[in-house]
Amino acid sequence: MAGKGVITPQKDRSDLIVRLQEAQQRYGYVPEEVIRALADSLNIPVHEVYGVASFYSFLSTRPLGRNVIRVCKSLPCYLKSAEMIMEAVQKELGIGLGETTPDGRFTFQLTNCIGLCDHAPAMLINQDTHVDLTPEKIKQILKSYQ
Amino acid sequence: MPQKRVVLKNCEVIDPKRIDSHLESGGFKALSKARGEMTPEQITNEVKASGLRGRGGAGFPCGIKWDGARTAPGANKYVICNADEGEVGTFKDRYILEKDPFTLIEGILIAGQAIGAKQGYIYLRAEYHYLLDHLQSAIDQAKQKGFLNGFSLEIREGVGAYICGEESALMDSIEGKRGEARYRPPFPTTSGLWGQPTIINNVETLMNIPPIILNGADWFSQMGTERSKGTKVFSVSGDVARPGVYEIVLGSPLRELVEELAMAKDVKMVQIGGATGRILPYDKLDTPLAFEAVLGAGAVTVYNESRDVIDIVHRTMEFLAEESCGKCTPCRQGTEVMAEVLDKFHKGEGSLKELQNLEALSSAMMLSSLCGLGQAAPNAVMDSLQYFRNDYESRVAK
Ligand SMILES: Cc1cc2nc3c(=O)[nH]c(=O)nc-3n(C[C@H](O)[C@H](O)[C@H](O)COP(=O)(O)O)c2cc1C
Ligand code: FES
Repeated sequence: MAGKGVITPQKDRSDLIVRLQEAQQRYGYVPEEVIRALADSLNIPVHEVYGVASFYSFLSTRPLGRNVIRVCKSLPCYLKSAEMIMEAVQKELGIGLGETTPDGRFTFQLTNCIGLCDHAPAMLINQDTHVDLTPEKIKQILKSYQ
Repeated sequence: MPQKRVVLKNCEVIDPKRIDSHLESGGFKALSKARGEMTPEQITNEVKASGLRGRGGAGFPCGIKWDGARTAPGANKYVICNADEGEVGTFKDRYILEKDPFTLIEGILIAGQAIGAKQGYIYLRAEYHYLLDHLQSAIDQAKQKGFLNGFSLEIREGVGAYICGEESALMDSIEGKRGEARYRPPFPTTSGLWGQPTIINNVETLMNIPPIILNGADWFSQMGTERSKGTKVFSVSGDVARPGVYEIVLGSPLRELVEELAMAKDVKMVQIGGATGRILPYDKLDTPLAFEAVLGAGAVTVYNESRDVIDIVHRTMEFLAEESCGKCTPCRQGTEVMAEVLDKFHKGEGSLKELQNLEALSSAMMLSSLCGLGQAAPNAVMDSLQYFRNDYESRVAK
């Protein structure tokens, strides 16, 4: 008796984050309609779905650019002049931290250690890694993202 | 002493894309032995006798954890491999996942056999998304060869939260919730994922299992110190000529890793264990790397003479304040306040009163925080106050 009734909703609930990740992937953010629809279908209060969506740094409840740049700011990268990489990105794109280019092509963010400290300074663009960065490399790298 | 490859034995040796290459070098022999010749109790006893302790930071004895879950009542037990690797300056699990996913899978399957679990999860941090297909392919190949034998092994991707490396937050995250630390007891071994008996182990811990099963506890426990057996894989970065992953026998002096292997010069201090880790000044470089002294998850960040201690401690605290899950007050508020005070010192606007406050706040956080983040958050502050007090006092506003 306990078996099915208890386990199934829990496992459904477990899908919540997977579904939010899918929405993030598809739309570039988690739209309000998705939050409402998920709350409905999984039978969870809307505020709770929103609470989950807003907790994680790889989910966004606001629209982001088509490509999200995340430059690592943690200490091992900082020691290898990550700040020069941040400046180069900002200069190249003409936007500040947290901003999106007017054409919606890039959003510029910072992130904590991404586990590439042996090749610092490092950054992620979407899910790709870019390592051993220099300010000179930035222009070329950004060119390959449309 | 040179490097000793136990955990990294296959790395750069086998082709991590082909299970046959792994089988040719003796892969999955330990699993056959565990399944064919040993009872679950014998497996956990072997792991206990080896003295293996967790490599994810806390150093809990692995065999005791497994025995807890093995003997706990429960129909659906779980094995979780913690591949969240979020500690600042750690990248050894990334290296292992890239170079030898098969031994890890073997370790997970042996764990499942030991506690009687039919389901396992690998919780892979979002930042390692590029390893997902690689890891999935390794699981698929193991399945095709029949090694899974009914065990279901699933990868769950993280969503970008340091706190989800903490075991109770990690389980909340798999359950589809905000990753927040849980009150304990109950412990995961009796009530973990979905309230079922669960063991959660770091990638490197599980990598040690196949060689222990194959070669025996005695072989393993010959390496290391009294309370730290085996080897440890370190991630070395910062002001060194050769950053990278190094495996050495536990108990080796920090100097060997920093100066001989990574070839650091003009060392001022070393941070061991990342943001929640310890800070040691140059004259303590002969400290042994062991649970008895300093270790953590093996992140070793080296700072040379040109670096400003307060700047580094301030940045460490900013990280912790950002990543605190916010559930308990001492950690949420304590890290914020500390970051503010450290910022003042960084700008030369500190006061002696605030220096005392830092110390009082440190003890309060260590005592009353809900999880390891808040409990260990004051480490860098306390250590730097001990070894570099002048740096603080010279920043008191005149
Ligand atoms: C804030 C915080 C972050 C943690 N992050 C990780 C992590 O990224 N990887 C990991 O293996 N353990 C991490 N841990 C330790 C886990 O809570 C847990 O002790 C570990 O996964 C147990 O495995 P082990 O015994 O094999 O080390 C973290 C702990 C805390 C308090
Ligand atoms: S500090 Fe930047 S990758 Fe680790």
